[in-house]
Amino acid sequence: MIEFRDVTKRFDDGTTAVNGLDLVVEAGTITVFVGPSGCGKTTSLRMVNRMIDPTSGTVLVDGEDVLGVDPPTLRRGIGYVIQQAGLFPHRTVLDNVATVPLLTGWTRRKARQRAAELLELVGLPAELGHRYPVQLSGGQQQRVGVARALAADPPVLLMDEPFSAVDPVVREGLQDELLRLQAELDKTIVFVTHDIDEAVRIGDKVAVMRTGGFLAQYAPPAELLTRPADDFVAGFVGKDRGYRSLSFVDSSGVEVAEVATVAEGSASESSPDWRLVVDADKRPQGWVAPDGSVVPGGSLYEVGASIRGALDAALSSPSGLGVVVDAGGHLAGVVTARQVLDVIESRRG
Amino acid sequence: MIFADAFAWLLDPVNWSGGKSIPVRVGIHLLYCLGAVLGASLIAVPLGLYVGHTGRGGVVLVGGSNALRALPTLGLVTFLYLIAGGGTVGVLIGLIVLAVPPILAGAYAGIQDVDRGVVDAARGMGMTGSQRLWRVEVPNALPLLVGGLRNATLQVVATASVAAYVGIETLGRPLLDGLRVLDYGQFVGGAILIAVLAVVLDVVLAGVGRLVVPAGLRLSAAPAGRTRSRRTQRGRREEPVPVESGGSTA
Ligand SMILES: Nc1ncnc2c1ncn2[C@@H]1O[C@H](COP(=O)(O)OP(=O)(O)OP(=O)(O)O)[C@@H](O)[C@H]1O
Ligand SMILES: [Mg+2]
Repeated sequence: MIEFRDVTKRFDDGTTAVNGLDLVVEAGTITVFVGPSGCGKTTSLRMVNRMIDPTSGTVLVDGEDVLGVDPPTLRRGIGYVIQQAGLFPHRTVLDNVATVPLLTGWTRRKARQRAAELLELVGLPAELGHRYPVQLSGGQQQRVGVARALAADPPVLLMDEPFSAVDPVVREGLQDELLRLQAELDKTIVFVTHDIDEAVRIGDKVAVMRTGGFLAQYAPPAELLTRPADDFVAGFVGKDRGYRSLSFVDSSGVEVAEVATVAEGSASESSPDWRLVVDADKRPQGWVAPDGSVVPGGSLYEVGASIRGALDAALSSPSGLGVVVDAGGHLAGVVTARQVLDVIESRRG
Repeated sequence: MIFADAFAWLLDPVNWSGGKSIPVRVGIHLLYCLGAVLGASLIAVPLGLYVGHTGRGGVVLVGGSNALRALPTLGLVTFLYLIAGGGTVGVLIGLIVLAVPPILAGAYAGIQDVDRGVVDAARGMGMTGSQRLWRVEVPNALPLLVGGLRNATLQVVATASVAAYVGIETLGRPLLDGLRVLDYGQFVGGAILIAVLAVVLDVVLAGVGRLVVPAGLRLSAAPAGRTRSRRTQRGRREEPVPVESGGSTA
């Protein structure tokens, strides 16, 4: 658990970066600090591992005032990942990952062994261990950065815009990876980003900060989207927050209907209805329009995912029927946007 | 014809034996250079590392070393020779003064040049100040540090000639003698020897550089090209980067 108690940071030049921050980061959760540039996210984060000391107030990690611990010792017990990874260019990937274990006195062999395990954990092939950072892609460097932070198995992980320098597809992959790791490792993570989508996607709780170092709202992502505390937060979370908030609504109550299908490759006679093309495994392959032409399908909705996926499947389908599949990708049925909206309406009570 | 005379002088057996022979002068020249670069390194490397690492005194350092560079070497050597009452000490000090600025600049710029994110990560991982210096900053500063040593060596090799003015048997001797008696063969021959010595030493130091610079850095330098990284280094020396001071604690 990390606790900020009335923490203020004023720099020598008079800038107040953080202003009376009161906030508790629960153990085993991901808390995201999000806000416009210069609102004090990095400064708040860096007060946890004493890269910056507060002007007033107290930061506690597991109930202990961090000012009572000398910085190197404190930092070795807290994982730290920064933008652009900050890997040591003169060391191999393996030795980069082994940094903290070596600092805490492990033997080189044991530290490298641990480093190799971590590369595997973050989904990197072992051969990469002998390369130098400059020989890796940006996404790979970020994974190494995460592996390095996890090397000594610290309970707390601080991540400052770790994924902001990679393209959106890679970023999404890294976010998924982080969520997978977190499910496995159960760390207390503070994650800084200026990307509200990223915040909402990975955060158990999100702290929205406002320029001047004020905390505007601290809430679970769904609440942020549905009940923003003020205009600033509402503006910051964006225009389509209503739609995006559906990500946090489960889809129970949505009835799945049967649909006419045709086997892939079979001759298509004309029919007044849209029919779904399925392969031998009952996986959806597209639609046959009433005029007999074959058109690609829309997004698929996997049973049990949020209701946003169900609505999107219906809206993106050429037939107006959202295709529902089970976890194995086999056809389960279809839903209409009307049905999904009815469920959403009825939930509002 | 001057070159023919020069080669005649270089190949004349008379010039290859005795106390004033070419080998002896090369040896003395080398000794002075070595002494000067070593002496200057002992002063400039620790100072450059310290200032680069702590960020304290960067402005003073750069101003000071520029002032040093503005001193006329010949005048300095003569002056030191006079106040030291003859002997080698004055000359050596003069050469050291000459060699300090490039080495200082290389060490300082080398440390300053290390990616801020890398230094930040080193701190964040829990390295102490000295661990950060020796395990991260110095290895990453080596390319510029070695570059500074190479520059200093070149300058010292060229300038050690002036020691001949105060009667020391360096490779400046043939230059002076040749000029005095209008023996251009001897003059150019001496100049050639100095140039060859400078090139050989530079090649040796380049080799040393290749050995000590970590592989990961050589890899990253490769795509950018060697010439570019050296130009950057020169530019930086002329225009020192101001030291950023943060409100953070070490
Ligand atoms: N060392 C420093 N000295 C003076 N002012 C600083 C220092 N570090 C940060 N600041 C100022 O404090 C404020 C908050 O900075 P901080 O880096 O915490 O912002 P941030 O929310 O992380 O922004 P970004 O999204 O751009 O990274 C800014 O106005 C910044 O200019
Ligand atoms: Mg920041």
